[in-house]
Amino acid sequence: MLVDAALAVMWVGLTCYALFGGADFGAGVWDLLSGGAERGRERRRLIEHSIGPVWEANHVWLIFVVVMLWSAFSPVFAAVMSTLYIPLTLAALGIIARGAAFAFRKASTELWQQRLFGACFALSSLLTPFFLGTVAGGVASGRVPPGLARGDVVTGWLNPTSLLGGVLAVVTCAHLAAVYLCADADREGRPELASAFARDAVISGVAAGVVALAGIGVLHADAPRLFHGLTHRALPLVVLSAVAGLTGLALLARRRFVTARGAAAVAVAAILWAWGAAQYPAMLVGSTTVAQAAAHGSVLTAVLASLGVGAVVLVPSLWLLYATFQRGAPEHPSPR
Amino acid sequence: MLFGPGVLAVDAVRRVSESDLAAARAQMGFSLAWHIIVACIGVGLPALTLLAEWYGIRTGDPAHRLLARRWARAMGVLFAVGAVSGTILSFEMGLLWPGLMGRFGQVVGLPFALEGIAFFLEAIFLGIYLYAWDRLPPRRHLLTGIPIVIAGTVSAFFVVCANAWMNQPRGFTLRDGRIVHVDPWAAMLNPAGPPQTVHMILAAFMVASFLTAAVYAVALLRGRRDAYHRAGFFLPFTLGAIVAPFQIVVGDWAARFLSGYQPAKLAAAEGVYRTGSHVPLTIGGVAGDHGLKYGLEIPNGLSLLVGYSPGTVVRGLDRVPPALRPPVTGVHWAFDLMVAAGFFLLFMGVWLLWQWWRRRRTGGELSTPRPFLALAALTGPAAVVALECGWSVTELGRQPWIVYGVMSVRDAVNPAPGLMTGLWLVLAVYAAMTVATVYVLRRLARGTPVPQAPQEGDVARYPVV
Repeated sequence: MLVDAALAVMWVGLTCYALFGGADFGAGVWDLLSGGAERGRERRRLIEHSIGPVWEANHVWLIFVVVMLWSAFSPVFAAVMSTLYIPLTLAALGIIARGAAFAFRKASTELWQQRLFGACFALSSLLTPFFLGTVAGGVASGRVPPGLARGDVVTGWLNPTSLLGGVLAVVTCAHLAAVYLCADADREGRPELASAFARDAVISGVAAGVVALAGIGVLHADAPRLFHGLTHRALPLVVLSAVAGLTGLALLARRRFVTARGAAAVAVAAILWAWGAAQYPAMLVGSTTVAQAAAHGSVLTAVLASLGVGAVVLVPSLWLLYATFQRGAPEHPSPR
Repeated sequence: MLFGPGVLAVDAVRRVSESDLAAARAQMGFSLAWHIIVACIGVGLPALTLLAEWYGIRTGDPAHRLLARRWARAMGVLFAVGAVSGTILSFEMGLLWPGLMGRFGQVVGLPFALEGIAFFLEAIFLGIYLYAWDRLPPRRHLLTGIPIVIAGTVSAFFVVCANAWMNQPRGFTLRDGRIVHVDPWAAMLNPAGPPQTVHMILAAFMVASFLTAAVYAVALLRGRRDAYHRAGFFLPFTLGAIVAPFQIVVGDWAARFLSGYQPAKLAAAEGVYRTGSHVPLTIGGVAGDHGLKYGLEIPNGLSLLVGYSPGTVVRGLDRVPPALRPPVTGVHWAFDLMVAAGFFLLFMGVWLLWQWWRRRRTGGELSTPRPFLALAALTGPAAVVALECGWSVTELGRQPWIVYGVMSVRDAVNPAPGLMTGLWLVLAVYAAMTVATVYVLRRLARGTPVPQAPQEGDVARYPVV
């Protein structure tokens, strides 16, 4: 019971990271695809304006997941980090480049600097979710055995399921970002930008659907256990994801941007929970169950209780953060 | 029993190569040494910024209000690099030291979870503080900065608690190499925590204060002696000077703690080879086979410092098997450099006090003679030297253990091949980030020069984000 609670809390953290941190990466992908400095200026300004105040808080969800994994499931953390250290090192470097370059670009005034830091920010926004996706694929397809670096350090993440995971992560991040940005543009009174992002959201949403459909074949061949789980126990969640995704596209077409956000978020969250449900109770497929990997009850109790107390402070603070910046124009406009 | 709760039998044969082990140590040491500087600024600079903002609101003084905005701008950049370089460390705990985390991750997880909560709060309120500067009424805006200072200090406390556990591992029972019982609160609140956390938090405030003050000391030396630059110098310098004497006392406490709990580290730091009484305090020197050579000795010095009596027995490295001794020269020099830098900072604080006392008698404004400013410009680098050296004493002084007396660094490292390649990649990325950070901060400072006497209307021209 305690063990499942710890797992669920960690999975909630992972979901939040995908929905908030993922969208920040996706925004970087659209930054990359916004064209030349002149043509893409308005889009880039909106992206910067939207993610600027929130990306650091959103990023903390990743730290939360990492710390939960090592506290509550230490042997799994050690196995995953040691076997998949190559994509994880690359993701870590991508995280550095994305965050630092974003801050540097904002502080720069000359075009060449903005181009350099902007390219760094945008490219790492594409690569980081890809590498994290390959890690998910490696774990989900049972390529991480227990122990230290016992798995293949190359094929552990260069395999069909990992590539599927990487591509799916990039496309869904981009989709989430485009959907969120529609509402942001709309609120700022930029209907033409909102329409452009709505088009991007539809394209990326359709792309995500195509990748997911192709994924059925990949998983069938490469990760039969995961495939079996997804088509049996986790099937309702898979269906929910598909329905929510299609609903989101329809809402975008009707310019119901705020509701479309909810639908897109449900579609992405359902996929993550479908993965969890398909694999449960295995944590490392084929070797380690959740119960075998779990920390002592005293640790789980202490960590969960601390998080509960922390949530009492964090939830209102997060609400304050989002409420402050999802409100319209500032009360005292800043002369910039 | 000399060391802690007993030596753990080494696991089955390891495949790890010497060069990969060295690479892992170098990568961890380098990324920690880098992060610790920005982390200290992240703890201390918000307090300075809030002080300037508060004073600016209270008096309406444009110089202080402008300072607050400009410090906030730099804080935005530094917080971002601090956040990402800190994340990398949490990755590296698993990428480089899975042997440690796989076994003890659950024991030491709690302080990291608590640190995560504190850091979350810090990031949330930093977003509000920076981006809502011109949206909120001034006093309410000031309030949104307070959680940043508290959360920054609290997160430093928790993360150093985790490090302290590596020096004084508590809160678990091992049986046949397996953990059969965990008390996460006892692990977190281990005896090394109090001296280490207080020492580190004070260090953070000193580093942020003296680094900031040093920037303005240079400007004052270059002849920009206006109200803005004087305020930019005196506010942080005063804070640093207030903290410095407390830090000396706390440092003494931390060293004395070692004599009881981690004698090998103190023996290496002070270069004590032979256990005995009437141990001299040796400054400098090179490690030889039987003791430090060419060092400056103060008779009975160390015995007096440890137990206030020349008869105090100090345990030396002869009590430690040769294979389990930390590298003496490195630890000893780091320790002496730290102490020297600490006393230099104390001296500068006393000098400031003297200037202040003179002004009370003669009136006028605080005078800033050139020699004072020239040395004040060195306080920033000196504080960083003290920080890095102190950190080296903690980490090198624990070698060859990763968990003191329980697990060696060698047993913790990732046996996967190719860690050396990862090191080069990380060094390249950090080199680029260092250059970019320094460049961007300099651009921020020079991009929009401050007028001789900033007026009310000038303040709002300087964007915070």
